Amino acid sequence: MKKIQVTLLSGRSLSQGREKEQGKLSESYFKSVACCEINGEDIKEIGLDYGENVRISTKYGTVVVKTTAPKQTLERGIIFVPYGLWVAQVSGSETDGTGMPSYKGISSTLESAKKEKVLTVDQLIKKSFSRKKSKKL
Amino acid sequence: MEKEISIINAIVFDPLNNIEGEKLDVHIRNGKIVESVGRKARKINASGKTMMPGGVDIHSHIAGSKVNTGRLLRPEDHRKDVEIKTKHTHSGVGYSIPSTRTTGYRYAKMGYTTVFEPATPPLKTRHTHEELDSTPIIDKGCFPLLGNNWFIMEYLRDGRLDECAAFVAWMLKATKGYAIKIVDPGGVEVWGWGKFIKRLDDPIPNFDVTPREIVRGLCKVNKMLNLPHIIHVHTNNLGSPGNYQTTIETMDAVRDLADGKRPIIHITHVQFTGFSGSSWVNLGSGAPEIADYVNDHNHVSVDLGQVIFGDTTTMTADGPFQYFLHQLSGNKWVNLDVEAETGSGIVPFQYKRTNYVNAIQWGIGLELALLVKDPWRVFMTTDHPNGGPFTSYPKVIAWLMSKKAREKMISRINRTARRRLDLPNIDREYTLGEIATITRAAPAKSLTLMNKGHLGLGADADIAIYDLDPSKVDLENKPSTIRKAFKETLYTIKNGKIVSKQGQIAGNSYGNTFYTESQVSKNLEADLMKDIQSRFKDYYTIEFENYPISDGFLRNPAKINCKADV
Amino acid sequence: MSQEVISNVICTVCGCSCDHLQVTIDNDKIVKVKNACAMSSGKMLGYRNERTTQPMMKKGTTLKPTTYERAIDVTAKTIIKSSSPLFYGWSLTSNEAIAIGVDLAEETGGFFDNTTSTCHGPTILGVHEIGESSCTLGEIRHRADLVIYWGSNPVHAHPLHMSRYTVMSKGRFRKSRSDRKLIVVDVRKTDTAKLADVFIQLEPNNDYELMVALRAAVRGDEIEQETVAGVSIDKIEELAEMLINCEFGALFFGLGLTMSAGKSKNIEAALSLVTELNSKTKFVIMPMRGHFNVNGANNVTTWLTGYPYAVDFTQGFPRYNPGETSAVDLLARGECDSALIVASDPISNFPYQAAKHLTSIPLITIDPHITPTTMCSNIILPSAHVGIETTGSTYRMDGVVLETRKLVDPPKGVKTDVEILSALLKRVKSLTR
Repeated sequence: MKKIQVTLLSGRSLSQGREKEQGKLSESYFKSVACCEINGEDIKEIGLDYGENVRISTKYGTVVVKTTAPKQTLERGIIFVPYGLWVAQVSGSETDGTGMPSYKGISSTLESAKKEKVLTVDQLIKKSFSRKKSKKL
Repeated sequence: MEKEISIINAIVFDPLNNIEGEKLDVHIRNGKIVESVGRKARKINASGKTMMPGGVDIHSHIAGSKVNTGRLLRPEDHRKDVEIKTKHTHSGVGYSIPSTRTTGYRYAKMGYTTVFEPATPPLKTRHTHEELDSTPIIDKGCFPLLGNNWFIMEYLRDGRLDECAAFVAWMLKATKGYAIKIVDPGGVEVWGWGKFIKRLDDPIPNFDVTPREIVRGLCKVNKMLNLPHIIHVHTNNLGSPGNYQTTIETMDAVRDLADGKRPIIHITHVQFTGFSGSSWVNLGSGAPEIADYVNDHNHVSVDLGQVIFGDTTTMTADGPFQYFLHQLSGNKWVNLDVEAETGSGIVPFQYKRTNYVNAIQWGIGLELALLVKDPWRVFMTTDHPNGGPFTSYPKVIAWLMSKKAREKMISRINRTARRRLDLPNIDREYTLGEIATITRAAPAKSLTLMNKGHLGLGADADIAIYDLDPSKVDLENKPSTIRKAFKETLYTIKNGKIVSKQGQIAGNSYGNTFYTESQVSKNLEADLMKDIQSRFKDYYTIEFENYPISDGFLRNPAKINCKADV
Repeated sequence: MSQEVISNVICTVCGCSCDHLQVTIDNDKIVKVKNACAMSSGKMLGYRNERTTQPMMKKGTTLKPTTYERAIDVTAKTIIKSSSPLFYGWSLTSNEAIAIGVDLAEETGGFFDNTTSTCHGPTILGVHEIGESSCTLGEIRHRADLVIYWGSNPVHAHPLHMSRYTVMSKGRFRKSRSDRKLIVVDVRKTDTAKLADVFIQLEPNNDYELMVALRAAVRGDEIEQETVAGVSIDKIEELAEMLINCEFGALFFGLGLTMSAGKSKNIEAALSLVTELNSKTKFVIMPMRGHFNVNGANNVTTWLTGYPYAVDFTQGFPRYNPGETSAVDLLARGECDSALIVASDPISNFPYQAAKHLTSIPLITIDPHITPTTMCSNIILPSAHVGIETTGSTYRMDGVVLETRKLVDPPKGVKTDVEILSALLKRVKSLTR
């Protein structure tokens, strides 16, 4: 299957900004952040249609999100994922001595994840953060 | 804590009550000085110790937007001077822009109990009060910046003096401010466009009013409102060679408004506006000329803005001057203009002994203090942190009290400056009584804080006891003894409680914040409200209703009521 | 009808602190909001969704209801026992709460960090080096004839910024959009860029290069390359001319500048450019602060400790070294052994590795909402919304302070951040002194 190299940008989108205020467990918030805006040529190249799922992998991690058409103009080779739990899974914690981790301009690999599901908040937390045993307080 | 304290056999300096070095007992009950107390009162034996009212600093930048931005700008300033948390005190950082808690502790340790932040942008004064509320022990207050305010400039342009007075009264009430501060009148508005004005009669573009008209107008307003302090003025042209003339012209601009009872204009940190000469090369001290004017005219008071050699952080509402200083020094620079009101700037700065200009500046401050004859009209300040941090006051006191101390420093400053200054020829040495005057009695009087700055019956029991016996030490020959004594009290008492003992802070108490309300006539007030509201939205980016600071906002508000003549 | 209409309500979403909202309350609920942007009405009408209403504490692997008293007691003991507790969040609460938080961190010898470290931390690092030429937003409204948004997309992130404060606002000296030029610099053509008179599209991670080239052009230096960051030199020089020739310029920048390669160096370059421009005209610069009181968190922390974020109290005095004492670094190194999160959702926002460590130590969260962070917490302390259910002061992005109001009651039994934190500090002191 075809993989392509892209630059990942994350940021605020108006819908993410609006929906986060409604509650982070809501379906609408999930839809607004567990997604990836991608250029029309790029999505063709990995053999997907908008609305199908894509796997984003970086040296920090990997996550599956749903593709969407860019809401604002997006060049080839750049993908945009709104701030949230999903993009956090592929962001790096190196701060180059600044305290600021790398959220923008991360080099990533994209591949089709047509057959995989986008994990919900619960599932993603369980997968990424399940505690073997709760630490005794 | 004891409610009653007797201080026995102190050597008292209380200039407002004409007491100079008499051996006396002073009694305290419930935070006030009283005639006598019960036998169970705590006794402090102060024999052989100097006692004064708590210090009153009329001009020290300790709180608000520019002070905090100065802190943010300079982690390097904090790293060299830290305070560790103790059981009774918070940790913090110091040097030229101490954190709030450290500011309160360090003032208290020196025997200062009241401090005024002299420049708060009205729109950001909530911030100033948040910091003042976070500053322990001392009483405090702040002066809103009104010399570049659009409403005020327009009222003055249109000759609407009554409305202008009512507006100022509203402003003081809305910001919980104490007095009228004027910084570079009109000049900061012009700086809003990145431009400069130089002369008292230069019209301010778009407002058609001059600095002279602003100063005169607000001087009249101050009187109409019967405010407790007088207009507190940072003149135009600060930091430029030859500006001593601007200082004298500014003082003279209101001469005809004087009523002979008390000064009507205070020129602050006059060292910075006491330059003679026409360039940095022939810069000289304008102190003798300014002192002559002050000696001949009792409508004026001044404070020093004494320079201390070393590193500090300069910060004023004078945005254009700070830009100038940035260009001069190449140091990092902050500018913070405030819509429809004022501005500010911040530049770290190092005063060097060997630098000609800095050495002259050092000399100007001391010459002024020594040449102005009436200690009731010249107050000791460093314009903290502009001339140097307030923790340097003991050095200044030593220079004023000891010619020997001055000579020692003079021998170490830039040689050309040494030749050009009059300072080496001045023999005057301040007495302890005069020091008490310029550091507490006179500023308290100028602020009309009736219960501060003296130790008479009914006064607030704010007291400093220093480990100094003037009968045993030849002070003029022992400047190090002076410095040591004034650095740290034996006891600092605030509102009748011991707050610091030999440099150990007793705990976190919080003093009052003084502010002024001057009531104008109901009709005038109603007309004014209509007028402000009709334009407020055009001038400000916040709603009129969200502008005034609410009554419950301050931790310990202390309102001074005045009755306006309009 | 028992409806009450409240005017001049201060919004508590982003750093714009719009204070002209009109809110209709019916039966102690907000039912209508006027003058608000989409984010603001989302909050004003959605504040009752997905609330934490009951203090919870983990037993085994499940959260069980408890009382505030019990939860605060266990929290106090947990952080006292820790050798380096982390206190993080603070940008969505009041100054009053933040001040108690700083004292709590001091008292327990921990680390105090706010969300600045993952948004405009690099901005502050830049200011330490260069300073900043800035102003309140009204100055820009009245005077600016040129406005730049660089790596910032206000149409989405600060929806009323342009109409209240910049190009679309009506000021004393600039009456309308046609009196001002709008320049947008971004890696993509955002909805803000679509409104621009000039749009400069640069290659990702090349902001520093473009900023430095622009400064060189402003100084009149020759640039030998043909393009910088994918932008032609002609275009850069043209832009430089525009900046020099305006009467009052304003540069706003967002996370596009702080988060991409170069980080604080990008900001130093931007601050230097604006400082330089002041020798030719009037120019100001301002970061587009995201959360409504992140600026307050910086200010309160600065007046109490000297430093704006990432403060280390482990040695008994404030120490500061972002990159070392900042939350993501501490967590990524696995250093903190407990964490109190206030009004923030780091599990959603921190990079995986840092978030992972948070979930492996005792995690206590004070928040009005159920979030991924509360879902991972050992203790949850529900709290009231500042500016809706309780009062509190807050800093606009330009440092103007406003007092937010209480509009409705919090959910039954729910306490405010100030109440919870004061009780916690009191408990900590009673256990340690």
